[in-house]
Amino acid sequence: MPETGNALEKPRVGLFVTCLVDSIRPNVGFAALALLEAAGCTVEIPLAQTCCGQPAYNSGADDATKPLARAVIETFEPYDYLVAPSGSCAGMIKAHYPELFADDPLWRERAEKLAAKTHELLSFLADLRGFRPRNVLCKATAAYHDSCSGLRELGVKAQPRALLDAVEGLELRPLEGEETCCGFGGTFSVKYSDISAEIVGEKARNVEAAGADLLLGGDLGCLINMAGKLRRDGARTRVFHAAEVLAGMADRAIGEEA
Amino acid sequence: MTAPAQDFHTRVEKALRDPQLKIALERTTGNARRKRAAAVAAWPDFEAARAAACAIKDHAIEHMATYLEMFENNARASGAQVHWARDAGEASRIVIDLCKASGAKVVTRSKSMLGEEIGLPHALAEAGLRRVETDLAEHIIQLAGETPSHIIWPAAHRTREDVAKLFDQYHHEKPEGHDVVSMVASARKELRADFFTAEVGISGANFLVAETGAICTITNEGNAELTTTPPRVHIVTAGIEKIVASTEHALQLTRLLVRSATGADLTQYTTFHCGPKRAGDRDGPEEFHIVLVDHGRTRMLAEMPEMLRCLRCGACLNHCVVYRAIGGHAYGGAYPGPMGSVLTPVFDGLEQSRDLPAACTLNGQCKQVCPVDIPLPTLLRHWRARSFRAGHEPKAVSLAITIWAFFAARPRLYRMAQAAALPALRLFAKGGWISSLPLGSGWTATRDFPKPPRQSFLAAIRKGATR
Repeated sequence: MPETGNALEKPRVGLFVTCLVDSIRPNVGFAALALLEAAGCTVEIPLAQTCCGQPAYNSGADDATKPLARAVIETFEPYDYLVAPSGSCAGMIKAHYPELFADDPLWRERAEKLAAKTHELLSFLADLRGFRPRNVLCKATAAYHDSCSGLRELGVKAQPRALLDAVEGLELRPLEGEETCCGFGGTFSVKYSDISAEIVGEKARNVEAAGADLLLGGDLGCLINMAGKLRRDGARTRVFHAAEVLAGMADRAIGEEA
Repeated sequence: MTAPAQDFHTRVEKALRDPQLKIALERTTGNARRKRAAAVAAWPDFEAARAAACAIKDHAIEHMATYLEMFENNARASGAQVHWARDAGEASRIVIDLCKASGAKVVTRSKSMLGEEIGLPHALAEAGLRRVETDLAEHIIQLAGETPSHIIWPAAHRTREDVAKLFDQYHHEKPEGHDVVSMVASARKELRADFFTAEVGISGANFLVAETGAICTITNEGNAELTTTPPRVHIVTAGIEKIVASTEHALQLTRLLVRSATGADLTQYTTFHCGPKRAGDRDGPEEFHIVLVDHGRTRMLAEMPEMLRCLRCGACLNHCVVYRAIGGHAYGGAYPGPMGSVLTPVFDGLEQSRDLPAACTLNGQCKQVCPVDIPLPTLLRHWRARSFRAGHEPKAVSLAITIWAFFAARPRLYRMAQAAALPALRLFAKGGWISSLPLGSGWTATRDFPKPPRQSFLAAIRKGATR
């Protein structure tokens, strides 16, 4: 569902960094910040942010989710846009906040207003800012995994590929089952870890078969899941969030130490 | 009929340890996915047809009482006898009573998932009737003493090689070879006599057509016609959600149903059964009974009407990463996969089936391939919310979620906990990875976890870092 037109000259973007990036991989946050600034946005990072509440929501804990959702709405409604480097978290805010407050007209209206200006990072850069990376070099072959929420809730598919296409030296390779779930599913990966492991096992085999140097994607949860399995299986594929490559900040892959 | 849900994890463990199961499932579902994709790609107005199908079903669901009444009147006018069953037990009792009244000893059955749902195989056995499954896959699982593991291919869990062993062991005349043609010939021979000695034939229905009172069956093997035509009595069992307004609607839905199920344009047999044998007809049953089953469907009308659209095509099973990993038996209900995980709590109660809606990554591929656009992830999440509210979730899980949400709703506390947790987690790491986590052993049993940073992104930002 790409939107175009009415792009503000220099919009104020609230960067919702997501709890996983915040705790596990700050480099994705810095990459998102750099990309948004390069795309002509004024970026602010509200320090009061924590999590969109998706783990609670998908566990059926609606009452525990609501305070988190209200906090995100209050924190980010002053901005022109909320942008998150994750289709899953952006999808939670865009598709599910209005559902969460279905019986609460006041909050539902606020949720809908925020939903309308919430975007996943890569599609925001490509569709709303017409952005392409310039003078970014990455000599490697890469496979791209389409994370499910971004793909099916937000229509993120062509945008990351168009952006990566502008990276010099990067060659995208086809990945068998690129639209098939990696088995992460948030708390699913812990609650039903044996099923999750079976699913990511198949994904890791497909990634290895693609024979690319890098595995890229737009959602850190899925990337950690696949990277962790690839590493356990002894694969050499290096895993990055696409934003890290686009920002020229792909020095250390997930799990690589300085 | 339903295995206790407490055993979900045990059943999953068993399934995951079975390498043959993985091979069998991948052959069947992989084939189905490829063929469906080709069928959809070759149909330029697929999305329009899908929207029209939704409208057809929604119309029938909205006016269900009216159309059911119309169906009953027209079916009676055609000479059929219509029976209503509130629940599974009542539906089975009606069928058994009809069998007994006809003096039947042998009953043939063509594949019907509703029959499984209401526990008909078990009820027939208890009543002392010899049940002969005539669908090839149902025949296979009857020999093996199993239940269906897929709603379109009941023996999807068995490889061809398995089936050869079963036929060698149980068929009166062993197959001449283990190629598909010889094995099918062997099954035909095995079933032939029963088709003509059975006093009662039982089938399901894909559609109940209100304007004509006919029922429609969509099959490939011809066994349904041999089940419903020669015996003196034909009994149809059908869920009330099978109602459609007209023959035209039934045929429009058939186009989507068949392509979604097998990728074919049509099945070999699309049959409309309307009333018993009439004077001058050369064949057909003398008695034609239709048992209309509610079994939770009027409750669904109020709570999740979209689920009543389901055509039972099986596309959501074939595209589900969880189904493909664990197979149908692990679900423990009559219907597996995403649609089964929505339906089983309706039939068996949420408390004992709460694992089914929970054991899903909510990746949405089921909804994407559903020919009638059922919002399966939304309905699964609906059950999760119900289960959480009712206190059915494991205490440790609901406590963990509640504690985590408490912290996440208090940014300052959250930052303090995070600042303490990150360095602590780093102690478990070797190189850049953690390969064993005390509270995350499920994850680290098969995967590594990346070593977290010294400080969070927001902590770094607060200190003025730029990368």
